[in-house]
Amino acid sequence: MGLRRILHLMRKEVLELKQDPRLFGVVIIAPIMQLAVLGYAATTDVKDVPIAIVDADRSRPSRDLIHRFESSANFKIVGMPGSTDEIDRYLDRGEAWMAISIPANFGLAVTTNRSATLQVVADGTDSNSTGVALGYAQTLIAGYTRDLMEAAARQRPSATAAPAGALVTSEIRVWFNPRLESRDFMIPGIIALLLLVVTTNLSAMAIVREKEVGTLEQLSVTPLARWELITGKLLPYAAIGIIDVVLVLVVAIYWFEVPMRGSIALLFAMCVIYLMSTLGLGLFVSTISRTQQQAMMTTIFFFLMPMIYLSGFIFPIENMPAWIQPFTYLIPLRYFLVIVRGIFLKGVGLEVLWPQALALFAWGATVLALATLRSSKRLG
Amino acid sequence: MGKILAVGAKEMRQILRDRRTLLILLFIPAFFLLLYGYALSFDIRNVRLAVQDRDRSTQSRELVSAFVNSGYFALVGYEDSDAALARLVDEGQVRAILSIPSHFERDLQLKRPVTVQVVIDGDNANTAATVTGYARTLIAEYGAVQMVAMLADPHLRQGYGGQALSGPVVIVEPRIWYNPQLRSALFLVPGLIAYISMITAVVSTALSVVREKERGTMEQVRMAPVGPVAYILGKTLPYLAISFTSAVLIVFAAMVLFDMPMRGSWPLLLFSLGLFLVGAQAQGLLISTIADTQQVAFQIALLSSMLPTMILSGFIFPISSMPTMVQGITHIVPARYFLVALRAIVLKGADITAFWQDLVALAIFATVAIGLASLRLRKEWA
Repeated sequence: MGLRRILHLMRKEVLELKQDPRLFGVVIIAPIMQLAVLGYAATTDVKDVPIAIVDADRSRPSRDLIHRFESSANFKIVGMPGSTDEIDRYLDRGEAWMAISIPANFGLAVTTNRSATLQVVADGTDSNSTGVALGYAQTLIAGYTRDLMEAAARQRPSATAAPAGALVTSEIRVWFNPRLESRDFMIPGIIALLLLVVTTNLSAMAIVREKEVGTLEQLSVTPLARWELITGKLLPYAAIGIIDVVLVLVVAIYWFEVPMRGSIALLFAMCVIYLMSTLGLGLFVSTISRTQQQAMMTTIFFFLMPMIYLSGFIFPIENMPAWIQPFTYLIPLRYFLVIVRGIFLKGVGLEVLWPQALALFAWGATVLALATLRSSKRLG
Repeated sequence: MGKILAVGAKEMRQILRDRRTLLILLFIPAFFLLLYGYALSFDIRNVRLAVQDRDRSTQSRELVSAFVNSGYFALVGYEDSDAALARLVDEGQVRAILSIPSHFERDLQLKRPVTVQVVIDGDNANTAATVTGYARTLIAEYGAVQMVAMLADPHLRQGYGGQALSGPVVIVEPRIWYNPQLRSALFLVPGLIAYISMITAVVSTALSVVREKERGTMEQVRMAPVGPVAYILGKTLPYLAISFTSAVLIVFAAMVLFDMPMRGSWPLLLFSLGLFLVGAQAQGLLISTIADTQQVAFQIALLSSMLPTMILSGFIFPISSMPTMVQGITHIVPARYFLVALRAIVLKGADITAFWQDLVALAIFATVAIGLASLRLRKEWA
C-alpha cells in the first residue's frame, strides 16, 4: 500500500511537469544540443596557430621557409607585417600567437653555409597552447635546416663523405589514444557533466517549490511517509534522466563516433546509479533550502562548480596540490568519470571498476538517506 | 527615477531577507577563486619517465639529463626490455619512455641523422599533448645544441679532412612575451574571473521576474504606477551592485593570491567589467521573462551560462583550434569578448585600441538582451 501512495504522488508530479511543457523541452533538447556543440569545442588539440611573419630578407630561402609554415596544418599565417615594430600590434590584439622574424641576411647566410638566427616571439598568455605551438615551430625549422644541409652536401660531392644533418630527430608515439584525439577523452566527461547539471537542477527545486507555494503543509497531513515522499519525487525525475542518458549516449556513439569498447549494458547500469546520486543530491539541497533561489545558489556554488573543477574532468587530479586532492574523493563525478572513460576508451568492466562503482553507490545511498532524514524534520 | 528607486529598494529588502543567498553572491566567488586557482593547472611537472638507453654513452646520458633537468620529467629508472617497459606503462608507473638507439653517439659524431623514440601514455589526451610538446622541444633543442657545438669546435672540423663544415644552420631564438615562465595560472585566473562573475550575474537575475510571476505578486506590481522600464531597472540595479562588488573582490583576490599582474589601466578594467556584467544581467533578465516557473528559469540560466562560458569562451580551450562552425557560435558568447579585453588589460597592458571591437561587441550583446527582455515584459504587461 506504500506502493500505491508512491504511485499517487508520482502521478501528481507528472501532472505538474506536464503543466510546464517548456521544462520538457529544455531538459530533453538542450543536453543534446549542448553535447553537439561542446563536443566539438572541447578540444585541447592545437592547430591552425595564427602567426605573423616579418620577412626582412625577401630572398628565395626566406620565401621557402614561409611556404613551409603556410603549407603546415599547424599554422595559419594571418599577416606579413613590414617591420618588427608592427609585431606588438598583432600580439597585443591577440590576432597572432607567434611572430617570426627573418633577418635581412638570412638568405645570404644559409647559402654561404653560415648560421642564421630566427627570432620567434610568442604570446605566453595561453601557456599551454603556446608551449605546444613552440614545439611545432622548433620541429618545422629543424626539418628546414636538415633539408638545407642535405642540399648543401649534394652540391659539393667532396663533402659526401660526411653527410650533413647531424640532427637528432624525434619519433613520438602515443599509446591508447594514438591520434591524441582529445574529443574521445572529453566527450565521456561532457556526458557526465550534462547529466549532473540537468538532473541535480531538476530535483533541487522539487521539494522547496512545495514549501514556497505552501503545498508542503498539505502533503504533510496526508498519511505519506517521508521515504515515500522522496521516492515519489525521485522516480519521475529519474525517468527524465534516463531519457537524457539514452539520448546523449546515442549522440556520443553515433554522431561523434567515440569508440565504445566496453559493454553498453554496464554503462547504462552505471548511469542509473549515477543518476541516483545526482538526483539525491538535488533532493537533499531542496530539503535544506527555504526558497528556490537559495536552492539554486547552493546547488551551483557548493555542489556543481566544485564537482566540475575538482573531478578531473579537465584538470588532472594528480596536478592539484596535495591538500586539495583528498577532497576529490568526496565527489561522485570523480568516480563516474573513471567509469565512463574506462568503459568507453579502455573497454574494461566491473572487474576493474568495482571500487568506483561501489563508491558511487555508497554516495548515492548516503545522500538519499540524508535527504529522507532532513525532509522528516520539515514535515513534522 | 523615484519609481526605479522604489522598485530597487523593494528588491534590496528581499535580498537582505535571504542572508544565505546574499553571502553566497558576495563572498563565495572570491573564496572559490582561491580554491580553483590552486586546483586548476595545465602545468605538468615531473612526468614519470623510464629510459631505455641502448647506447650507454656520454651523449646519451647528456640527452637523458636534458630531459631530467628540464623539470618536466622525473626519471623513474632505466629498463632495457621492451616487455618490462610496456608493463610499466600499462600499470601506470611511468607515463613516458625515452628510447635511445645504440650507435647514438657514433652516428652523432659521423653526423648521421639519428632518431630518438619517445612513447607517451595517451590515456589523458590533454596531458599527453602537452608532454608530447615538451619532448619534441627538448629533442629539437638538443639537436640544435649538438650542431652548434660541432660548428664551433675546430677539433671536430678537422675530423672532416680540414674541410669547413658543410651546411648552414638555422637557430631559433624563442622569446615569450607577457608570461615568460608560461605559468598557466596567469592564463586561467582571468578566465575564472569571467566565469564566476558570469554565473553569479546570470543566475542571480534569472529568478527575479519569474519569482514574482510564480508567486502572483506580478499582478500587484502591474497595478502599481510603475512602467516596465523602471521596473526592469529597479530589479536589476541591486543585483548589478552585488555582482560588481563580488567581481572586484575576485580581481583583488587574484592579484594578492596568484600574483596576477596589472599592466593596464584600472578605469578601463572596471569599465569592461561593468559592461560585461550588464550584459550578463540582461541575459538573466531575458531568461526570467521567458520562463514561467523558477525551475525552468534555473535550467535555462545554467545551461546557457555555465557550460558555454567554460567551454566556448576561450577560457580553457583555444577558439582558433575549434571547427569553423563552432567558432561562429562562440561569437554569441559574451565571455569570449570580455576575456580578450581582460587578458589584454591585465597581462599585456594594452590600451583600448587593441580591444575596442570586443567592448563594442559586449555593448551590442547587452543592448540586444535588454531590448528583447523589455519587449517580452511589455507584452506581458499589456
